[in-house]
Amino acid sequence: MRIRRLAFVAAALGATWAAAWGASAARAAETHVAVAANFTEAAREIAVAFKAGTGHDAVLSFGASGQFYAQIVQAAPFEVFLSADDERPRKLAEEGLGVASQRFTYAIGKLVLWSRSAGLVTGEETLREAKFDKLSIANPVGAPYGAAAIETMKKLGLHDALKPKIVEGASIAQAFQFVETGNAEVGLVALAQIVGKQGSRWLVPQSLYAPIRQDAILLKRGEGNPAALAFVAFLKGPQARAIVEKYGYALDGAP
Amino acid sequence: MQGLSPDVWIAVRLTLELALLTTALLLLLGTPLAWWLARSRVRWKEGVAAVVAMPLVLPPTVLGFYLLIALGPDGPGGAIAGLWGARTLAFSFAGLVIGSIVYSLPFVVQPIRNAFEAMGERPLEVAATLRASPAQAFWRVALPLARPGLITGAVLGFAHTVGEFGVVLMIGGAVPGKTKVLSVAIYDYVETSRWREAGLLSAGMVVFSFVVILATILLGRRAARAGS
Repeated sequence: MRIRRLAFVAAALGATWAAAWGASAARAAETHVAVAANFTEAAREIAVAFKAGTGHDAVLSFGASGQFYAQIVQAAPFEVFLSADDERPRKLAEEGLGVASQRFTYAIGKLVLWSRSAGLVTGEETLREAKFDKLSIANPVGAPYGAAAIETMKKLGLHDALKPKIVEGASIAQAFQFVETGNAEVGLVALAQIVGKQGSRWLVPQSLYAPIRQDAILLKRGEGNPAALAFVAFLKGPQARAIVEKYGYALDGAP
Repeated sequence: MQGLSPDVWIAVRLTLELALLTTALLLLLGTPLAWWLARSRVRWKEGVAAVVAMPLVLPPTVLGFYLLIALGPDGPGGAIAGLWGARTLAFSFAGLVIGSIVYSLPFVVQPIRNAFEAMGERPLEVAATLRASPAQAFWRVALPLARPGLITGAVLGFAHTVGEFGVVLMIGGAVPGKTKVLSVAIYDYVETSRWREAGLLSAGMVVFSFVVILATILLGRRAARAGS
């Protein structure tokens, strides 16, 4: 009796596995994309539109650009890299790990001072008066938004005064999470992260920091994969660009 | 060899301070807890033992997530921090100590509990017939007999705290001198392609771990020989 039941369970499991495997085998190609943390929400939406438009799957990994760079140098299985800066894709092209002709600016990031409390952030004076305990930023060495945050504070002459209040997230996603959980009252985060969020904000003027040009690059590993090529083409297209804009990024003149 | 930057030494010192304080507090908290787990006859004690052991299996991200909420302004940590005018215990040394205590608790409690259990009833009964009070029996008989367990627990708790990463990353905020411990510093160096520092510190950690584990094994063997 028991043996028959076991056999039945095994058969059922086998059938499920076969069905799942069959489904994935029948699926269109997929491509692995490393996405800078600030672009998470937009990339998800782009992946859905990409799937609807081409049938291909974009498998997304999110993290800090610096971390992805280190992983790609060590032969991580990514085929497309959406960085939060333009320096790392350029370096990858130089090092022969990326396809130089397939490097382009997919978005220009905006830095914003954000608090989940209404009325706390009113403008530049919020940083000047510094009536908060903690200011959250991304790691300035690994994440471009962190570097932009430091640059902004230095331009305002506030870096030394604010330094004791700074806490760093490993990526801009974590910097945002520190503010969202209320552990830090304010944070310098990506505008894209707070689209549709409550609270108070100050869009940091572009004059205070160098434009955050976010470049994408097709990696050598993805050159032979039609899905990777299709994703890069899709990212340059009008549909993806509309999504990019919707999330508060500026666009480069011509891709 | 080129010297390492001062940040590295700040991180090393901070890590040692954190591990030492955590180990001291864990011995204070863990010993009575282990005693209770070893001696109590209540049925639900294994439930408590399971809770104590949970950090062994839970991903550090789960602990880090709960701690981030619990230490923040919406949790008890925020209320405690309010006593000295802060809003949160995250990003502070105190927050890391709390996190480390939770994270390393099983590594300290388990060996001590085993030591208390291994000695059995007999030494305490003998102490009682010699008119020792339960407190005297604990301090003069049980604790000295459990010494190998206490040492193993302390070594493991210390080493495990030094090696802590996920929890610290999630609640620390990488503040130099306060929460930027060694493991986070190594992560930072890897992320920013500073391979030399990353390599040196990692090699240091490998050597440290080897020494700690070897010491634990040797201590265990010596204790076994002394016991037989």
